[in-house]
Amino acid sequence: MSLNNLDQLYRAVIMEHYKKPRNKGHLDENNVTVDMNNPTCGDRIHLTLKINDDGIVEDAKFDGEGCSISMSSASMMTEIIKGKKIDEALELADVFSKMMLGQEIDDETLEKLGDIAALQGVSKFPARIKCATLAWKALEKGVRKEQN
Amino acid sequence: MNEYRKDFPILNQEVNGHPLVYLDSAATSQKPVQVLEVVRKYYDFDNANVHRGVHTLGNRATDAYEGAREKVRKFINAKSTKEIIYTRGTTTSINTVASSYGRQNIQEGDEIVITYMEHHSNLIPWQQLAKEKKAVLKYIDLEEDGTISLETVKKTVTPKTKIVAMTMASNVLGTINPIKEVAAIAHENGAVMVVDAAQAAPHMKIDVQDLDCDFLAFSGHKMCAPTGIGILYGKQELLEKTEPIEFGGEMIDFVDLYDSTWKELPWKFEGGTPNIAGAIGLGAAIDYLTNIGMERIRQHEHDLVAYALSEMEKIEGIHIYGPKDPDKRCGLITFNLDGVHPHDLATVLDMRGIAIRAGHHCAQPLMKWLNVSATARASFYLYNNKEDIDALVEGLRAAKEYFNNVFE
Repeated sequence: MSLNNLDQLYRAVIMEHYKKPRNKGHLDENNVTVDMNNPTCGDRIHLTLKINDDGIVEDAKFDGEGCSISMSSASMMTEIIKGKKIDEALELADVFSKMMLGQEIDDETLEKLGDIAALQGVSKFPARIKCATLAWKALEKGVRKEQN
Repeated sequence: MNEYRKDFPILNQEVNGHPLVYLDSAATSQKPVQVLEVVRKYYDFDNANVHRGVHTLGNRATDAYEGAREKVRKFINAKSTKEIIYTRGTTTSINTVASSYGRQNIQEGDEIVITYMEHHSNLIPWQQLAKEKKAVLKYIDLEEDGTISLETVKKTVTPKTKIVAMTMASNVLGTINPIKEVAAIAHENGAVMVVDAAQAAPHMKIDVQDLDCDFLAFSGHKMCAPTGIGILYGKQELLEKTEPIEFGGEMIDFVDLYDSTWKELPWKFEGGTPNIAGAIGLGAAIDYLTNIGMERIRQHEHDLVAYALSEMEKIEGIHIYGPKDPDKRCGLITFNLDGVHPHDLATVLDMRGIAIRAGHHCAQPLMKWLNVSATARASFYLYNNKEDIDALVEGLRAAKEYFNNVFE
């Protein structure tokens, strides 16, 4: 057996984000706030986004409770979307979702994801995919809220 | 009890390169060949709709279906098969009580009393009924060890209380509740007693006349029967007074253009073609369990829990919830391990072939009471043995080491 299979899932960069989450906290109430939970397991995330008039995500913070996969995914996501246009952030969300479905992603696109590509292994653990996508679902919900 | 393991072919397989260690029977139990064969035989030889045909298969199906009802009656020592209603499972059973008896009897200002340790299926039906009727939903507080004190029950239940609903065995804390005593308190106050026996019926002897409960619900799939079949027991006098909530075939007596009358009990609560194979499978499961003996099953799980508690407590950083005394517990242990989230733990164990549950176990208010967002749970049944627990404990140590290394 092996616990070594686990190394595919728990890549060093993921555990590093779990241990030291980036952008943990809240932005003030004037910003976009989203609460999302995974009712089957109890994970929850509170995401706040500061989106400026040019449609750029100026800042993003998250808080919540969950496993290593959901929390590291949130940490990495907030890191990458900062400074990106909403459309670009949504595009990344789309790529991420394809990655979780185990679809082929070309190297160029994968490169855009940076550290997040380390979560690719999650697609081999179907029960954990929802952990990884929680933050991204919150992002999509938040952006829709902003656009309305 | 090891001799019964061979009856469960599913256990004889490798998962992720390891022999399967199934410790999630509180979610659903495995099914013995004896049950599977009965269901298969029904479909192979006797399949027909019940209570309709004049033909031979129809008669055979009806006999088997009603024969299983008698087995259920005997299993919980109900007075009559009129008191045994087939449902989809515990959830449907409790919702049926809330939507029929509950809706027909609860009025504004009445009280419904439940506890903090209820599964969502014995909580939300009452919460929604209370909301609809402007009734008051009250929670019996728990003792620090996750048990219920009769003193607290006496303080919470009042003459305004119309329904007391309580689990017989908690799916998280494992606590076995004093249903008989609580039912007596409910009756002194003029309330009816509703019992969620989902985690009790598979594991211990139930005698509804001795408990003197008014309604009792359980599921087949947690006690070796197929999914999609469950039981609602109700005292005949109460069921007679209660109007059905599902209308259609099977449950009617005469149908006129503008009014209809219902069949007698228990059929008036069984609208539509029922889960015939499920009911017959439940009958076979009851035969199987009774043949082993419910007292023996209870003793076996008691011994497993005692062993598991003593072994698990040796692991540094483990938190075990619920009473520490195996006499007060059913066959499950809910816990957390410092530094390893329950989901991560469940994944690590799964890679070693060990199946446990992780999450909030459909008991979010209880999770708040415990002040945790999620927990891990290992649950046992007649087919588990000490080796399974050794594998679990070894897996827990490995998980701890794996995550400790990650954090170094």
